[in-house]
Amino acid sequence: MIVAGTDLTGLSDRELARDWRGRRISMVTQDPMSSLNPVYSVGDQVGSPLRYHGLAHTRAEARSRAADALGRVRIPSPEARLDDFPYQFSGGMRQRVVSAMAIACAPEVMIADEPTSSLDVTIQVKMMDLYQQIQQETGVAIVLITHDMGVAASICDRIAVMYAGRIVEQGPARALFRSPAHPYTRALLNAIPKLGEKTRRLYALAGQPPSLGAMPKGCRFAPRCALADAKCLAAYPGDSDLGSGHRAACWRLSEEGAPDAA
Amino acid sequence: MLLEARGLKKHYHTRSGTVKAVDGVSFALEPGKTFALVGESGCGKSTVAKLMLLLERPTSGGVLYDGQEVTAMRGRALRRFRREVQAVFQDPYASLNPRLRVGRIVAEPMMAQGDLDRAAIARRVAEALEVVGLHADAARLYPHEFSGGQRQRIAVARALAVRPQVVILDEPTSALDVSIRAQILNLLSDIQDEYGLSYLIIAHDLALVEHFSDATGVMYLGNMVEQGPTGAVFGSPSHPYTQALLASAPRPDPDHRLPTDVIIGEIGSALAVPPGCPFHPRCPRSFAPCDRENPERHVTAAGAWARCHLLHGPAPSLAPAPHTPERTLP
Repeated sequence: MIVAGTDLTGLSDRELARDWRGRRISMVTQDPMSSLNPVYSVGDQVGSPLRYHGLAHTRAEARSRAADALGRVRIPSPEARLDDFPYQFSGGMRQRVVSAMAIACAPEVMIADEPTSSLDVTIQVKMMDLYQQIQQETGVAIVLITHDMGVAASICDRIAVMYAGRIVEQGPARALFRSPAHPYTRALLNAIPKLGEKTRRLYALAGQPPSLGAMPKGCRFAPRCALADAKCLAAYPGDSDLGSGHRAACWRLSEEGAPDAA
Repeated sequence: MLLEARGLKKHYHTRSGTVKAVDGVSFALEPGKTFALVGESGCGKSTVAKLMLLLERPTSGGVLYDGQEVTAMRGRALRRFRREVQAVFQDPYASLNPRLRVGRIVAEPMMAQGDLDRAAIARRVAEALEVVGLHADAARLYPHEFSGGQRQRIAVARALAVRPQVVILDEPTSALDVSIRAQILNLLSDIQDEYGLSYLIIAHDLALVEHFSDATGVMYLGNMVEQGPTGAVFGSPSHPYTQALLASAPRPDPDHRLPTDVIIGEIGSALAVPPGCPFHPRCPRSFAPCDRENPERHVTAAGAWARCHLLHGPAPSLAPAPHTPERTLP
């Protein structure tokens, strides 16, 4: 796990807490209500990483920097809301508060785990737009974790598709959606209903993901894959390079070009 | 008209005022067809589901089943309603009792009905499990031995075992993995075709609703703002709220740009529904009459209806230019 040339796995908990977490790498989780402490004001919570990391030395400085952060996530009249508590914010506004905490110390990396899944689509659009604006303003790299292919398509530059603990395909967003190579990626894209395309039946991937305790020996997707043969069941495939940073791990891919999954 | 809502209202009186959760909603389920309710959280769609299931009683208006007012039903008629209108809920981890074996879970509605003997119930359980694609041995296991998708199949089996006419599906796939959702949706479609069931589906995933339903109602703060055949509502949405919902839905296409100017702010509170059109404070195209009168229904060319002043007369400046689902804003 290397951030800006430093391997985080080699650091002690103290070093991680002092120099990294919240400072250079931060996180936004799915449920804003459980990431906020209900009994502290929003100003205290957004200001706390700033004080902890020594970026604000006084209470007043922390408050003004917290108001800046709330302004950057487009919370209207941020100064007036510093003394409000999380329950006084709507779901969408709470997720903005959590995002303000995550960007308060101007980190290099922000991990956002399903940041919009608990929001309605009309609010989701605004959050995704906000993340793109924050990224343009601060240059933060965002790792977005999502199950929603639409959300991934709308804000990501690169996408990695995971299955049963491994990345099966990754590449530039456009390449991944325009020419998905791995049978699992293809199945996922085929299984979601799309607006404006009424189909009688959805393509349904049979079976279910393996349990983590009983992983298949070869390709982990092989038991559900229409193309799997003996080789797939025997050994995990290496990555095939498809050009421009597009890679997929599939035996059938290297054999006969793009397989047809659906 | 199998199951019908007529001017349905549900108001809750709280210390901070009256919550108008549902405020005059009418629609009908036809045999063998699917009606969908869409809208943001807080719009009242789940309250409608509870009213249709008679889990809540309406403040005014009515629910009719086969032409009979449900709230007036007693005895045998009520028992028949309870049998023929079933539900599948969102979270199959919460809707199945973890202490009961699957056989018992599926059998319970039949036991409550009390008109079948044990052997007949056991046969029905086995049949229902087979219909949803589970092995008969599943009856001896507990819910924790199943994955989320399989649990949702158990919930579907429980609803089917009493041979209903109507199944109310409240977000039936949103707790499931993407690759499992299609399995459950296809299963529900197959069951509908085979048994001629009517579905009322409540979902926030618009693409799913377009795929799955015959007619759609769009709710906003307890009101139905647009309603009609799904093809009309999705193909040429007339209400600015429907247009905003459709335009905001993320699409699996990296070249699709989502507009951010089709809706203002966040959904209001049902405690203080705005006067006039309930959507006007969020509508980028609201004009003079919008904050004064709630517009009447306007039947659209596509065969749906919508409540919007723009449809009744021209807006002051901008010619109405709805965002159709195909169109991308610059």
